[in-house]
Amino acid sequence: MKRRDFFAVLGGGIVVLLDDEIYAQETGGARRGGGAAGAVPLEIGAWLHIGETGVVSVYTGKVEVGQNARTSLTQAVLEELDAPPESVRLVMGDTELTPYDMGTVGSMTTPRMWPQIRRAAAAAREMLLDLAARNWSVDRAALAIAGGRVSAGDRSASFGELARGEKWTRTIPANVPLTAAAEWKVAGKSLPKVTGRAIVTGAHKYSWDLKRPGMLYAKVLYPPQFGATLLSLDASAAEAMPGVKVVHEGNFVAVAAPEAETTAKAVAALKAQWKPVTAEADHHSVYQYFKQTAQGGAAAADNLTPYTIAYIAHVPLEPRAALAEWEGGKVTVWTGTQRPFGVRGELAQAFGIPEAQARVIVPDTGSGYGGKHNGDAAIEAARIAKAVGKPVKRNWTREEEMTWAYFRPGGLIEVSGKAAPDGAITEWEFHNYNSGGSALQSPYNIAKKKEQFHPSKSPLRQGSYRGLAATANHFARESYMDELAESVKLDPLEFRLKNVKDERLRDVIVAAADKFGWKARQKAAGRGFGMAAGFEKGSYVATCAEVAVDPNTGAVKVLRVAQAFECGAVVNPGHLRNQVEGAIMMGLGGALFEEIQFGEGRISTNRLAKYRVPRFADMPAIESVLLDRKDLVPAGAGETPIVGIAPAIGNAIFDATGKRIRRLPLMA
Amino acid sequence: MARVTELLVNGARRRIDVDSDRTLLSVLRDDLDLTGAKLGCDEGQCAACTVLVEGVATKSCLTKVSAVEGKRIVTIEGLAPEGKLHPVQQAFLDADAMQCGYCVPGMILGAVALLARNPNPSDAEIVSGMNGHICRCGTYPRVMRAIRAAAGKGGRP
Repeated sequence: MKRRDFFAVLGGGIVVLLDDEIYAQETGGARRGGGAAGAVPLEIGAWLHIGETGVVSVYTGKVEVGQNARTSLTQAVLEELDAPPESVRLVMGDTELTPYDMGTVGSMTTPRMWPQIRRAAAAAREMLLDLAARNWSVDRAALAIAGGRVSAGDRSASFGELARGEKWTRTIPANVPLTAAAEWKVAGKSLPKVTGRAIVTGAHKYSWDLKRPGMLYAKVLYPPQFGATLLSLDASAAEAMPGVKVVHEGNFVAVAAPEAETTAKAVAALKAQWKPVTAEADHHSVYQYFKQTAQGGAAAADNLTPYTIAYIAHVPLEPRAALAEWEGGKVTVWTGTQRPFGVRGELAQAFGIPEAQARVIVPDTGSGYGGKHNGDAAIEAARIAKAVGKPVKRNWTREEEMTWAYFRPGGLIEVSGKAAPDGAITEWEFHNYNSGGSALQSPYNIAKKKEQFHPSKSPLRQGSYRGLAATANHFARESYMDELAESVKLDPLEFRLKNVKDERLRDVIVAAADKFGWKARQKAAGRGFGMAAGFEKGSYVATCAEVAVDPNTGAVKVLRVAQAFECGAVVNPGHLRNQVEGAIMMGLGGALFEEIQFGEGRISTNRLAKYRVPRFADMPAIESVLLDRKDLVPAGAGETPIVGIAPAIGNAIFDATGKRIRRLPLMA
Repeated sequence: MARVTELLVNGARRRIDVDSDRTLLSVLRDDLDLTGAKLGCDEGQCAACTVLVEGVATKSCLTKVSAVEGKRIVTIEGLAPEGKLHPVQQAFLDADAMQCGYCVPGMILGAVALLARNPNPSDAEIVSGMNGHICRCGTYPRVMRAIRAAAGKGGRP
């Protein structure tokens, strides 16, 4: 690396580079290029700069999508470097400035990036102390560091004063030991969202809100069916509209205009003929379709109990959006995505340019839930911008988001099992078709078991969703656990505790049951109680729910939920609780009523008027218990808190009605 | 087509020149760069686009700009005019009632209007008053807490 280039980008000061060779190998980072416009070496996982004004800038390829990573990573800095919180600036998800990162996925920010940033901040602290010791010719032991200043006796200097005139970099390994959670000072406390004020004043700019001078808005003409091909296009009426430009490249048709509303009118004026497609399945037939198209054939066993899992939509409240601008042969795209470097790769591939000629910048985004992993809007915007020679904004509508994004996979899960009279599970067989392998394996102590994921053909585009298939697999497993408990007439709590071997799982089950008052619950007509438990991605969850079922309509109201969650040492209890409670609320939708309905290559539930998501009136009384294990390293918490609610509700409905519902959504 | 040439937004007369059938949301966002009002569904289902028109919570995605000529419009940007947060904004901050934050400007304006009609709502009244607002992150329990905290503290719609 040429250090001169580095400081030319940043200005003077001190820099810590965190050399994470393992992470680079795991993620392909070393092949993909570093940050600061290529001035950061390739294997760097994160880096930190203290400039002459005292601003502490931390660069990470992670993004903020509402999970509060910006805040927790700020805490990581403050834990090691005693600076005013407002002097810490996190530069996130900018492929030109931040190190390569595979994506903000899989609940990995806390276990992987959080300790890296702590190490970088700790090294910066030591460098500041070295500078003060050298400048003042004092022993390091005589120095104190607090509030963004280093002092010794009556001498004191701000971080910026110490950094002034320096061009000092230090590269540190990623395996420097860190102080234990029991000794944390800033981490472990509820630092409020660092961008809170910008959000409550409306000042924060999401991708949807961004503008560039001379920008045009754009809209794409999508086919009437998935996979349909364009036979002919008459764009003359659209082209005659003032300011409208039409882009037609093969199957891709788009319009651009100075006003967004003009683009909708222009698309409506396009006369296109499409070659119809025969669709292979609809939302009724899809479960058999999964089994028919399973790779390697379906499971041979019979007497399996089937559960079905509907496709659902992420419905991020901010639909996908991208703003693209070409300059020379280089494109810059601002877009909300969980994988800025992945989108950079998609752009490079789409336009046949080197990755260095594509820059992706991710503003803090209006949520993702696993639904914004790819660069659909980014590529559309860049393509249209290239064709019209102006910056182009491509904001997806809700209908586009609910049709042309990807879905949480639907699935068919077939289960069988046996329990001995004392409650011990003796046999277990579990087959998941299409929905995925996450949390496929039972966490219970079972002597003889067979668990398989069978990939199938999907009639819809599918992809990641908060918790992946852990929601589906927990629904089937924890529902069937209650079926087994019923078969030997054991209480669901007792039955689980009989079969649990993992102490961390036992702890959350006991904590949730205690908070809920499971043992003291009182049966009443039309009321039911259910529980579920499990683990995934390094964290543990147990959920208890109470429901009321209307005897006439069968309508279910979830009255009360108690959920215990354990993800190692808690980094920010306030935000963890917000994630846990938010996941319960979001999970209620998939549990009770969310379902993508489709047929003939079309989505019929393509608007919020047709696709119900949880609202205030659906909110149960929620109690959450956070088990803070200071002896364990922190795990991520954005996903696993969602997996318990559906089976807990399903089990509660059975308790209330005696009727076992083996499908998600339960109220279909 | 008829044009609309002026709107009264956040206490100021703003010159515009737009078709009268444009939505208030698009004019606020695209012409006046008041992007605090968000598009979430474009059909009045999510209320992320909420603004106040004569103090009443209004879904700007369903409102034609011609319908609000000469009326007092307040957007989230106008709620803290001298940098001093409105009590409802402060309550959302204090309760950390946000995750991704996309719904928050609409939620805050919805709550301001609710509290103007009913300064001390019961929980059931908050639920029914706010039920048109979607928070996909599911932050409803904290929004409830924020509105309870802001209730009775007055404030200017």
